[in-house]
Formats: sequence, structure tokens, C-alpha cells
Amino acid sequence: MTRLLAAPEAELVFAALLLTLLAGLVLALLAARSVLTCILLMSVFSLTMALWLMVMDAPDVAFTEASVGAGVSTMILLGAALSSTDVIPSVRPGRFWFPAVACLAAFIGMALALSDLPVFGDPGSPPSSYVGRLYLEHTPHDIGAPNVVTAVLASYRGFDTLGETSVILAAGVGVLLLLGGSLNSRDPVSEDVSLRISAGSPVLSVAARLLIPIICLYAFYVLAHGEFGAGGGFQAGVILAAALILHALVFGVRETMRALPVGVVRSCAALGVLGYASIGFIAILHGGRFLDYDALLSPVFEAGLPSSHLAGGHHHWGQRLGILGIETGVMLAVASTMTAIFYAFAGRVSRSDEAGAA
Amino acid sequence: MLEAIAWIGSAFIIAAVGLSIAGAVGVLRFPDVYTRIHAASITDTGAASLMTLGMLLMAGLSPAAIKLCIVWLFIMLTSPAAAHALAGAAFGSGHRPILGDPRRPSEDET
Amino acid sequence: MLAAGVAGLLIAMGLMVVRLLRGPTAYDRVLAVNSFGTKTVLMIALMGFAVGRPDFLDVAIVYALINFISTIALMKVFRLRSLGEPLARLSMSRETPDA
Repeated sequence: MTRLLAAPEAELVFAALLLTLLAGLVLALLAARSVLTCILLMSVFSLTMALWLMVMDAPDVAFTEASVGAGVSTMILLGAALSSTDVIPSVRPGRFWFPAVACLAAFIGMALALSDLPVFGDPGSPPSSYVGRLYLEHTPHDIGAPNVVTAVLASYRGFDTLGETSVILAAGVGVLLLLGGSLNSRDPVSEDVSLRISAGSPVLSVAARLLIPIICLYAFYVLAHGEFGAGGGFQAGVILAAALILHALVFGVRETMRALPVGVVRSCAALGVLGYASIGFIAILHGGRFLDYDALLSPVFEAGLPSSHLAGGHHHWGQRLGILGIETGVMLAVASTMTAIFYAFAGRVSRSDEAGAA
Repeated sequence: MLEAIAWIGSAFIIAAVGLSIAGAVGVLRFPDVYTRIHAASITDTGAASLMTLGMLLMAGLSPAAIKLCIVWLFIMLTSPAAAHALAGAAFGSGHRPILGDPRRPSEDET
Repeated sequence: MLAAGVAGLLIAMGLMVVRLLRGPTAYDRVLAVNSFGTKTVLMIALMGFAVGRPDFLDVAIVYALINFISTIALMKVFRLRSLGEPLARLSMSRETPDA
């Protein structure tokens, strides 16, 4: 592993400072009495956590933490906070003791277990000994993808990832059921509200106009680049959803719904999972097993394609196609689910405002 | 020659970090929202520019340099827009800038 | 040298957290989060440069984007108490207020 800083001592001091910052943020989070301050602190915590993950040399996880933890969950928490009161009620002292003792016991247990953990980056540790080592050794031969994380997630454990994508869809459906969003896209914003700020801000409008296409393009770059570096379908989906959320934030959710109706978004969420699963079935139809990408292309067809430089005598076009296909499915499902949840929150709050005003 | 360019590059990075700390001190010490926004947004874009310049001087032309330029472009596009939006929102919700000497607030201040 | 850069950025980030906690107005807090995010972007770029890995820069780009979007969202919630209302009009000609 390349050292981040010249001296190990400097790296240690840096890690200690970063962890102190994380601990301080958690303590501040505990002390904060306003929901919106808590959301701000959680956003900052997420950014710092992702920074820490970068120090741990895990850019894939940092990518996800940055886009989900600091981005989309801030939006969703804001939506939830708008539907409730801002002040956190203080807990009666009598109800304080049991959770405090339970937390302390868990902390002591974890601190005791800490000494049994392997050293960071230890090649003899259990996670890097058995199946992890096999993945690292066999990926260039089996998959041909330079990024082993993507190879494991999308190909070796493609079935797990299908399950995870379905979980995202199911969670989205659950949230939509709870929020009671209906399919017909009623105007969620009343006319007088949009007139009140119709002067608008040309700076934001221009910035959003410039940024939204670039963000969409970048999402597709992350999707296609996941095989080679940090990224993949999940992160791409979140970035795409962020572009749509930016559009809704600046131009109003009504404009976004006009461009991308609620029904289309919800259908796309299901279509993403369906597309993922159907790639598995195509592999079965071609005589392979479920999600066996090597069976996607017929050997005769694949022999005609140019050989990849990493293949080591093997063609990996089936793997390439399969990984890109399922990542596209994941992106579609994630982006649509996030957007649908945002639609539900943004529409709901305005409607309750209307009810309050009436 | 190359050595000298690398030294200039690291000087730029140090300057960027100094500017960043100066901005953070400004955000901490300045009296009202608008001066703080001013401190933060100017030093953020300035530090980003200096740091990008420094890293470009140290690294030379490479694919990473193009990505660095993209990061710089994003910061230059988003940071002023966010600062503008923040100042607009603060003004719209009734905060007025402190005029005159902040240590002796005048009577007609709202 | 790079160690000094990273350490300096970390100090600036710590000062931003102080402003985030002290407030006093909501916009001070949002400003602190935004500036903290920009410093994180710079730090990741610097770290990626230090270890010679350009894929760190991909993460930095995502940070810059997410930082902007969450700043706009936070600002909007504090100002308008809503996520769905427009901040700017899509088209300057359509739907004039006097129509």
C-alpha cells in the first residue's frame, strides 16, 4: 500500500485527528436539541467518515458514503424533518438509565474485542485469507475486471446484489406506502407559492442549467467506469437522482414532475430490477446458470471480438456485457427509487402547507 | 528546472492551505452572516484555484490533471452559486448586515 | 509538505465545526457545512495526489456535487420550509406573475 504521508508517525497523528473530529461530531450530535442542526451535523459526520474511508484506502465505500450519506439521506432527513416538529423532546431522567447502561456495556464489550482484531492491512487476517484471497487471485483470470470490488459485487456475488437491489425497491415501495403518495401527479405546489418567489434567482437557475447535464453525464461515466475504478451502478444511480433532486430544488418539484412523471419514475424502479433479473434468465436460456455472464454471448460470436489486454488468453466480453447490464439495472432502480421518495416528500410537505393555509 | 517548478507548486499548495485557514478564522471571527459568507466563499474558491495550480505544476500533464481541472471547475461553479443563494436566503428571511462599527451597534439597526 | 497541507486543511475543518456548533443563525450553520465540504474536496484531491491515485479525484468530484446540492437543499428548507417549491423559474418567458 502506498503511504499517504511520508512518515508513519505523521499518518498516525492525522488518523488520530480525524478520529477525534468524528468523536467530537458524535458528541455534538448527542447534545444538539434541534432536528435541523442534527441533520447538518450528520451531513458533516458523513463527509468526515468518507474522508476516513479514503484514508483506509477504500474509495468504493467512500464514494457510496459521500453520495448516500451526505447527499441523498440529507434530502430524505430534511423531508422527514419538515413533516415533524423541530425541537427534540428531552428524555425524562428516569428513562435514561437503562439505555445508558446498555450502551456502556456494549462499548466495554467492543473495547475488549478490539484487542482480538487483526492489524489494519494484515495479510494473514481472516478477511484476506480464504475467500477474499481467492477473489483477488482469480479475478484477472475469471472476470478480467481491474476493480476487484466490482468483480465481486457484480459477478461473483451477482445474486446477492440482485437481492440488494430488490431490497432497495422494496424499501422504496414501503416508504411510498407510508407517505401515501398517489400515482396521479396532482400539482403539489400551490400557485400563490410559486408566484411569491417568481422573481427567482438567475444565478441559481444558470448554475443548475449548467450543472444538471454534466451531473447526468458524470453518472453515466461512473456507471461505465465502475469496472476500472471506484464507482458502479449504485453510485451512478445516486448521482443521477442527485441531478433530478437539484432540478426539483431549483425549479420546483412541479417542473420536475412535468419532465419526468411520477408514474414513469415508479415504473423505472421496477424495470431496473426486472432488467437485472432478466439478464440472469438470458444466461439460463443460453445454457448457462443464473447470472452466469460467460454464457451471455455464444463462443463463436465472442471469438470474433478483439481480445482484451487483461484477459490472459481468455475473452471476457460476456462478463463485460453482463456487468454493464446489471449495473445499468441497479442504476435505474436506485435512481428511480430515490427520486420517487424525494417526490413523495417534496409533494407531501407542500400539500400539508396548503392544508395549513386553508 | 523541474525541481524549481515542483518547489513553486508546493509553495502554491502551502499558500492555498494558509488561505483556507485564514478563511476559517474569518468565518469564526467575523461579526455577521454576510461577512462570514464573504470570508468563506472567497477563500474557498481561492484555495481551490491555488491548490489546483500547485498540483498541476507538481504533476505536469496527465489524465489526473484533467480530472483536477474538472474538480476545480466544479468548485468554481458551485461555491459562488451556493454563497449567492445563502446570502439571498439570509437577506430574504430578515437578517440585515451590520453597518458601521460592529463593536458599537447603532440605534437604528433592526 | 503534503503533510502540512493536510494538517492545515484539517485545522480549517475543525474551525468550521466550531462555527457550525455556535451558529448563531441557521445560515451560519449551512455556510459552515458548505465550507467544510469544499475543504473536504480539496483534502481528498490532495490525498489522491499524495498517494498518486487519480481515482480519488472521482470521489472529489462527487463530493463537490453533493456538497452543492445539499447546501441548496438546507438553505431552501431553512428559508422556505419546503423542498418542493421552486427557487428559480425554468423559463423566463413562461408563466409571468401578471398572467
